[in-house]
Amino acid sequence: MSKYAMLIDETRCTGCRACQVACKQWNDLPAEVTHNRGTYTNPPALSAKTWSLIEFQEIENAGKVGFYFLKRACMHCEHPACASVCPVGAFHKTAEGPVVYDDWKCIGCRYCMAACPFGIPTFDWGKGLIEQPLVRKCNFCIDRISNGLTPACAKTCPSKVITFGERDQLLALGKARIQQNPERYVNRVYGETEAGGTSVLYLSSIPFEQLGLPRLGSAPAPLLSEQVMGYTLPFAAVWGTTLTGLALLFRLRNRGKKHPAAESEKETTP
Amino acid sequence: MNANLARHRPSLGVVVLGILIALGIVVALIRYVFGLGAISNLSDAYPWGLWISFDLLCGVALAAGAFITASTVYIFGLERFRPILRPAILTGFLGYLMVIVALLVDLGRPERIWHLLIFWNPESPLFEVGWCVMLYTTVLAFEFSPMLFERLGWRIPLAIIHRLTIVFVIVGTLLSTLHQSSLGSMFLAMPSKVQPLWFSPFLPLYFFLTAVAVGPAMVILESSISSRIFRRGLEVELLGEIGKAIPLALGAYLLVKLYDLTSAGEWAIAFQGPMSVLFWLEMILGVIVPIILFSMPSVRRSGTRLLGAALLVILFGVALNRFDVSLIGWPRSAGSWYLPHWMELAITIGIVSAGVIAYGLVARFMPLFPSSHAASPASE
Repeated sequence: MSKYAMLIDETRCTGCRACQVACKQWNDLPAEVTHNRGTYTNPPALSAKTWSLIEFQEIENAGKVGFYFLKRACMHCEHPACASVCPVGAFHKTAEGPVVYDDWKCIGCRYCMAACPFGIPTFDWGKGLIEQPLVRKCNFCIDRISNGLTPACAKTCPSKVITFGERDQLLALGKARIQQNPERYVNRVYGETEAGGTSVLYLSSIPFEQLGLPRLGSAPAPLLSEQVMGYTLPFAAVWGTTLTGLALLFRLRNRGKKHPAAESEKETTP
Repeated sequence: MNANLARHRPSLGVVVLGILIALGIVVALIRYVFGLGAISNLSDAYPWGLWISFDLLCGVALAAGAFITASTVYIFGLERFRPILRPAILTGFLGYLMVIVALLVDLGRPERIWHLLIFWNPESPLFEVGWCVMLYTTVLAFEFSPMLFERLGWRIPLAIIHRLTIVFVIVGTLLSTLHQSSLGSMFLAMPSKVQPLWFSPFLPLYFFLTAVAVGPAMVILESSISSRIFRRGLEVELLGEIGKAIPLALGAYLLVKLYDLTSAGEWAIAFQGPMSVLFWLEMILGVIVPIILFSMPSVRRSGTRLLGAALLVILFGVALNRFDVSLIGWPRSAGSWYLPHWMELAITIGIVSAGVIAYGLVARFMPLFPSSHAASPASE
């Protein structure tokens, strides 16, 4: 179990996007050119230049139209699919909690993006060989938390939406808030079990799927592929022996016969 | 010399293929300078597209004729299939080279492809795919090399390769089994993305069995085309014989699939929505009809019917299946949509054209077909 986590209480969010800006500042990310799409969500989605994004949802809830916000960024899974599927092992889950990326290893296959159940990793689509594209995502400000600071988004949030701390304590805190104000919250901490549990936890007043979070079971996404990959070597040993045995068997059986092999070899030899 | 050149003035087909290759190269250059976004409709929502679904997944499956034929001749000792061995090996070898070229376009950092050799993650199905493709392409190069050595008259390397053939074939069959199936395992890591009708713990087995079925189908296709182009006889009898393997592989596939649908309780979704139409297109046209056709002696005795039945396996049994698993069924988040950009198609078409040209060159200048004399004219 990872040590650190973030509890994001979406009922407190005002949609000010200070976290989005703080993320860009700390990570030196450039602005994006965007245009009005009829929503406040801007830029439209996470990208290589935007690792944390406030998504705005206008949702009718109990006869009233409400404005709801989702702070979308890497969930820092306990059992991350990106780390499991990366052929060169460029991702790993740290003991502190962040899922980090060793960019010097990456070959750009984008399997991490395809496999992530939350659709988080993004790619530098506009960079050629010289500019050296990479996969990009939130790194939980590993450079800050390993120096005793809180992540930039949590530090900057003016309405105390984001609480940084130890995962166990944050889970307890989330459940306590639900208990104290049951009418305010959906009775569940998202991320406690989703995809095997995550280091980013959410509280919400509307169902999490309406907020834009995927409905996922408690099994880590790569559970099955890891199991199957575990059979590879034993299977290869058995199958390789079987094939060798078959080859020997048919050789012995064909030994008595004339060698049509040699003849047709000759045929094609100039 | 001049007379020979004149005699071999490129035909219209070769010119067209040449233009398509040139177009592919230009598009690839644009990609290397301006990035994948400049030539593709790939996006953060659709990180994989045409090149993974077609060039990698279909490409590797359609190259299965090589290991199927090689194991038939060398492991099972069925010498009568030897006349179709070399074309099958060449098709497989070129197929894998085409896969690698496509990956060098698709990979974000192609200059780091060698990282697969030093940074290991054995949990990743793609790690296994990468290693097996590298090793098996090497094996195919060895299996192909006798054609080159014979042409050059190098007797010693030829003798060495000849002795080692059985080892190459066993290793090649093992590697093929591993990575045909691990292409299916790649999608086991995405239970929330692959459509439930296709997602199954049996995906690796499905990919392997359909590859076994499509191997002979590709041999039939490749022999039919080359017999027309190089005006040589078609080995209908042999092709009919090797086609007998198709109902076995597809039958096993169908049985596991039926068991799978039943045990997973998915019969209800098998008749819901547009995806279920694709599912039944696959199962009926790509699996059930070919099982029936290849079981009929009248089909196995006719070159045209064999070709038709083989095309069903190739297009519906394998190609449509790989697209359904890896692309068509993917969930769409709001506003995201993927259709290949024309320049993505230009890359794929350019690579296939280069494969066709390479096949033609080998057929012309190397002893590819038994007793054929396509190899003898020109050049000498």
